Amino acid sequence: MQQLTKEHFQPISVDLRQAEQISRPSLSFWADAWRRLKQNKVAMVSMIFLIALIVCAIFVPMMSSNDYFTTDLAGKNKKPSAEHWFGTDDLGRDVFVRIWYGARISLEVGFAAAAIDLVVGVIYGGIAGFYGGKIDEAMMRFADILFAIPYLLVVILLLVVFEPGVGTIILALTLTGWIGMARIVRGQMLQLKQQEYVLAARSLGADDMRVLFKHLVPNSLGPIIVTLSLTVPSAIFAESFLSFIGLGVSAPVASWGTMANEGLPAMKYYPWRLMFPAVFISVTMLAFNLFGDGIRDAVDPRLRK
Amino acid sequence: MAKKPIDQNDNLLEIRDLKKYFQIGENTLKAVDGVSFTIKRGETLGIVGESGCGKSTAGRTILKLYDPTEGQIIFEGKDLSKLSNSEMKPLRREMQMIFQDPYASLNPRMTVGDIIGEALDIHGLASGAKRKERIQELLSLVSLNPEHMNRFPHEFSGGQRQRIGIARALAVEPKFIVCDEPISALDVSVQAQVVNLLEQLQEKMGLTYMFIAHDLSMVKYISDRVGVMYLGKMVELAESDKLYSKPLHPYTQALLSAIPIPDPEIERNRERIVLEGDVPSPMNPPSGCNFRTRCPKAMPECAAAAPQWKEVEPNHFVACHLYN
Ligand SMILES: Nc1ncnc2c1ncn2[C@@H]1O[C@H](COP(=O)(O)OP(=O)(O)OP(=O)(O)O)[C@@H](O)[C@H]1O
Ligand SMILES: [Mg+2]
Repeated sequence: MQQLTKEHFQPISVDLRQAEQISRPSLSFWADAWRRLKQNKVAMVSMIFLIALIVCAIFVPMMSSNDYFTTDLAGKNKKPSAEHWFGTDDLGRDVFVRIWYGARISLEVGFAAAAIDLVVGVIYGGIAGFYGGKIDEAMMRFADILFAIPYLLVVILLLVVFEPGVGTIILALTLTGWIGMARIVRGQMLQLKQQEYVLAARSLGADDMRVLFKHLVPNSLGPIIVTLSLTVPSAIFAESFLSFIGLGVSAPVASWGTMANEGLPAMKYYPWRLMFPAVFISVTMLAFNLFGDGIRDAVDPRLRK
Repeated sequence: MAKKPIDQNDNLLEIRDLKKYFQIGENTLKAVDGVSFTIKRGETLGIVGESGCGKSTAGRTILKLYDPTEGQIIFEGKDLSKLSNSEMKPLRREMQMIFQDPYASLNPRMTVGDIIGEALDIHGLASGAKRKERIQELLSLVSLNPEHMNRFPHEFSGGQRQRIGIARALAVEPKFIVCDEPISALDVSVQAQVVNLLEQLQEKMGLTYMFIAHDLSMVKYISDRVGVMYLGKMVELAESDKLYSKPLHPYTQALLSAIPIPDPEIERNRERIVLEGDVPSPMNPPSGCNFRTRCPKAMPECAAAAPQWKEVEPNHFVACHLYN
């Protein structure tokens, strides 16, 4: 039998640095989120639909020989045909082109409302959450009061004061719409500023600006984007709804809501006049919501049900 | 430990009657309520106590991450307690912190290189190629692969993350580091690695540590002296051998009796002091000595007045009426 001596029991030296090779490619948070989003088929289909919607809304009205306001009483209420793909309405206007003008308004309202909510909400919520204490309390109390006013009331009041139109609708939607974003951002700030990595930055001598823009904002981007992606469809729907009940844009401007409204009495005889705007409203809403869900899952996998 | 002898008269840090109160609505929470001690240059001062007794708050207040409610923090002869943030900035290079939670203490959106480099950016210590070189040097110093500087924290294990945190603290070449339970979130096998790393760094760079923990055996191993805290107050402070062999305060005695002894014979026969009840709320601490509600040796005078912080033997401080 082999003689065992003490030398046989020396610990082998392991170079810690060798042991810690990581073979997986390094992915930043956003690259990782994009990878997860790409795997989500429903979200990708929605995204492709939305991109197509945006592209068509920009180019179809530019290239079409029809426009949204020229009336042609001889050719009113025509069925869909090669000349008028979606038919014509009761004034002989081309429904196809009007749909894309309507898409422009919907997207304008959706993105403008989201952008204003983003700017106002992030600044307001950011200040409240970052400084906390009395400032926070006063600011959030004010937001609560504003939030308690029903928005239909706000819209009606605004319409009394201003011209009805896209601008008024955006104003009405954002007057209270930013509060949701402000609450999300404030919650994030309150939670994140207690994190140890913020204390670590402070102990290294970081000032407020660095803490805010290097640590707090980048870590709040996930929830901000998720909120944003759901603000867009709700603003689009609100515009359609307001236009449908006659509080939105006025003739001859085409909006999906006004088109649905005008198509409603003719539903029995000329169903396409109601069907096309209704289908576009529904499918667009669905696509935005599914895409928003996909973003939420990609940005924060823990939230997935 | 192969450490340089510590000069008992060379105080790097002197804490005098430090208080930190948090205002919670109408109530005042006395997280740290009048502690005084010194930390000698090159030593490791351990701080132990149950959860919620104010260890972290004390450490953070000493680093001026919280504004002290009262008291003085004298670092190399200079009182920090009243300094503003901008006056503190150069001093931030002298004192650093290592945090408890390796998952919460690294910004998940930053690469390891940027996390460590932040210190260099804030103080303008290095930029460009020199910055990269320095970051890699720091990573090697804590036994991490320097090539990992472009990776994100979630790609590392708890022990590796804790070493990233150590590298970040070392980037400014501090003299003093508060280690706030740096190992309690780690596996036992990894704990030893991190403690050994901290000891090596101390030797190499002449660091002074305030080592917060609730694991008494680990604190004994790493500390020169140990302070015991209870409900915002320091109750006993002594050299670690002395504190463990001859604890004076009933609370220290109870804590020590809870450590299992790896000898079944002794373990079976020894007497264990079991503390009754829960730690009272720091919003509404008992009058007099705040340990009296759980103290097995409580006397009538304990309710009347708080005991004084006294040096009952050379270098052995205790706050208890038994020794007043
Ligand atoms: N920012 C804060 N605001 C209000 N109260 C706080 C704050 N930080 C700590 N406290 C309270 O102060 C007390 C001491 O907390 P601290 O974190 O210092 O305890 P600890 O000894 O470090 O405990 P642990 O071992 O759990 O880390 C606790 O009651 C805690 O709730
Ligand atoms: Mg703590």
